[in-house]
Amino acid sequence: MPISRRYFLKSSGMAFASFAVMPRFLMRTALAEKMSGGGKDQPIIVAIFQRGAADGISMVVPFGDKHYYEFRPQIAIPEPAPDSDGRAIDLDGFFGLHPALASLKPIYDEHQLAIVHAAGSPDHTRSHFDAQDYMESGAPGEKAITDGWLNRYLQRKPDTDASPFRAVAVSATLPRSLAGAVPAVAIERVNEFGIRAGAATPEIEELFAEMYKETFDAVRMLRSAASRQYAPAAGVRYPNSPFGQALQQIAQLVKAEVGLEVAFTDIAGWDTHANQGNSRGQLSNRLRDFGDGLAALYRDLGDHMRNIVIISMTEFGRAVRQNGSGGTDHGHASCIFLAGGPVRGGKIYGQWPGLAPQQLYEGRDLALTTDFRSVFSEILIKHMGVNDISNVFPNFAPVSISLIA
Amino acid sequence: MPDVVHLLNRLGFGPRPGQIERVQAIGLDRYLYEQLHPERIDDSATEALVATLASIYMNPAGLVQKYPEPRQLMRRLGTQPDRLDRGGPESRRRVQALYAEGGLKLPRRLLEELRAQKIIRAAHSERQLHEVMSDFWYNHFNVFWRKNADRWLTTAYEMSAIRPRVFGKFKDLLMATAMSPAMLVYLDNHLSSIRGINENYARELMELHTLGVDGGYTQKDVQEVARALTGWSIERPQRGGEFIFRPRLHDDGEKTVLGHKINAGGIRDGEIVIDILEKHPSTARFISTKLVRRFVADQPPESLVTHVAEVYRRTDGDIREMVHTIVTSKEFNSTDAVRAKTKTPFEYAVSAIRSLDGTTDGSRPLTESIAHMGQPLYECQPPAGFPDHGDYWMSSSAILERLNFAVALSTNRLPGTSVRLDKPVAAVVKKLGSPEFQKR
Repeated sequence: MPISRRYFLKSSGMAFASFAVMPRFLMRTALAEKMSGGGKDQPIIVAIFQRGAADGISMVVPFGDKHYYEFRPQIAIPEPAPDSDGRAIDLDGFFGLHPALASLKPIYDEHQLAIVHAAGSPDHTRSHFDAQDYMESGAPGEKAITDGWLNRYLQRKPDTDASPFRAVAVSATLPRSLAGAVPAVAIERVNEFGIRAGAATPEIEELFAEMYKETFDAVRMLRSAASRQYAPAAGVRYPNSPFGQALQQIAQLVKAEVGLEVAFTDIAGWDTHANQGNSRGQLSNRLRDFGDGLAALYRDLGDHMRNIVIISMTEFGRAVRQNGSGGTDHGHASCIFLAGGPVRGGKIYGQWPGLAPQQLYEGRDLALTTDFRSVFSEILIKHMGVNDISNVFPNFAPVSISLIA
Repeated sequence: MPDVVHLLNRLGFGPRPGQIERVQAIGLDRYLYEQLHPERIDDSATEALVATLASIYMNPAGLVQKYPEPRQLMRRLGTQPDRLDRGGPESRRRVQALYAEGGLKLPRRLLEELRAQKIIRAAHSERQLHEVMSDFWYNHFNVFWRKNADRWLTTAYEMSAIRPRVFGKFKDLLMATAMSPAMLVYLDNHLSSIRGINENYARELMELHTLGVDGGYTQKDVQEVARALTGWSIERPQRGGEFIFRPRLHDDGEKTVLGHKINAGGIRDGEIVIDILEKHPSTARFISTKLVRRFVADQPPESLVTHVAEVYRRTDGDIREMVHTIVTSKEFNSTDAVRAKTKTPFEYAVSAIRSLDGTTDGSRPLTESIAHMGQPLYECQPPAGFPDHGDYWMSSSAILERLNFAVALSTNRLPGTSVRLDKPVAAVVKKLGSPEFQKR
């Protein structure tokens, strides 16, 4: 992994001052003087999992498809109209953003946000747990595969000198997407990542440094690289929610230049079986958190976004027909958001399968036209520079979508 | 018979100082027998410790009265809740006064007392296996405390639906959860009706509670089960009401579930579904797999799962018999099984307290530590409950939180919890933080 000059200088100052506690990976990099390359040019993926199956046709509303309104008398999002609130925000005359996602519209207009609609996993399961597992393992229908697709990506470029922050999940536990042979770090709160024992802290660290080596390498590196007080870019405010706070910590890690390649976090609350609402209500509240969070991250990272692709995913979509309690039951395809400099945005990708009854998957759900692995593959190939994705997505031939420049 | 430490690690939350000798004195067979028959163990000392937690003895209707949200309280008193919210410090003072006058408390207190009783009992009870089973079955039939009215319904769910049945027939547990207001709210079944079904509970009932995801049901079965369970509802959920069957919401038409035709009509339709699911061979296997995973290894030995599933069929799903079979099996007692399981944060915290002969009131400093280690008790949102796999629990963040907990506990800096050190602090911290102590 290329180590930036700035990262090296900043880190080495710390390392030489306290040689005894200098992490081995830093010592190796310092001695090898691997100062070529530039951390700022390191391509980064920020992956966001919407857990619980987010309703794709509420997020990106197919207002041009008349069946949409027939199936959803209470919960449809009204079609766009000039000077009128609480309606879909027109994107291309056929699709519109849910009004709670308004903060994403400017990014779409700047051609830095794309949507792939009718996308998801081809597996037929409507189990949250199996479907999340399949999407995170990158191998739908294959229960024997135990590592995650992002970890298999990292395995392609084994690097014993790598920063412990190559792969980070901002969560208390490590998600399946990052599980596997390459070490990945889970951080719930960047500023509290370490031992909190006052004056006894160095002694406690010493006690466990060898027992939990990877963890303490990460603790020391973060201490030297990230300031405790993080201030987002001027004018940027993250939602005061677990998701907003998680994104802010991802921004903090990106700016600290700790060698981040893959960041992951998740946002729950999409399992809207009852009273999901329409332009307002339960789902709208989740979407506001989601959209405002993404927009804040995008603005906060500013110039860094040149090398970053943010991608959202959800295990499946929801049934097209509203159910008996103003909600939606488990469905099939949903949609994927992508944002960042490398994204050919301002466009909705994927073939629209239609919502006429005979066009629905198993007579009830949005049919799938883009396999999520094609989208993920495109990011790995064109953004992360991977030539061959066959070990990341076994037995899969991706279809090119041309959504990454 | 197994090693005594192994037994205490698996049937309970690890040994207290002196317990190994006491169990050896009465004999391991005798200890196992007692643990499987907790009613024969005097546990009055532990019950005295939880006696101050008023809410755990109350019914939902009483809890709604005594633990209202500020908005509910205002509505009860005929004040516009919206106006009050915008009223600033003045109205905040008025609300506080109302709570004080009526001896009322916020709903948050219910979560704290639920957590406290669970931790106090796990740390202090002589009925250790009963506590392990209560944790196991609550997690199997998980309910998320924050889902709507579940803030007032979860207490009775654990105390009345789960705890009395953890050693009984699986079918009784299944029926008790199916009819519990907490589950009806959590998985939306009370909103499902002949006018339009809601598939949420029907699906999880088969996927997570009985057959397992590969247990042989289809999307059509999900819809048919949902139809059979229409009308299973709650009498006034916002007031803490009980289960009620509403014939007018029920779909009396014929259903076909897993190949069985059902046309009994009324509440019998749902009862027949529960019966079909409980007797299904996939359920025997799925429940056996989960029990063996809890007691033996993350990868349950196939031979033992088959054996336990056979016991399930022979005994009509007798949980006590299944657990007895597991604990006396050669797989449970093999050296491969010793320290093969990673403690959950809850198990880790409680076992650490026990190992230092500690006492605890289960209050917030402790429960928040456990939450930071990755396990916010009663706040697991997905219906699958917390995973029972070691890999899940040992992230870098979780390791650091475990070490921070070890330091706080050993230096007696967790208010409400105190321990006695038998060695210098550094040695105790090193033991509690060691990879070995993360295992049971």
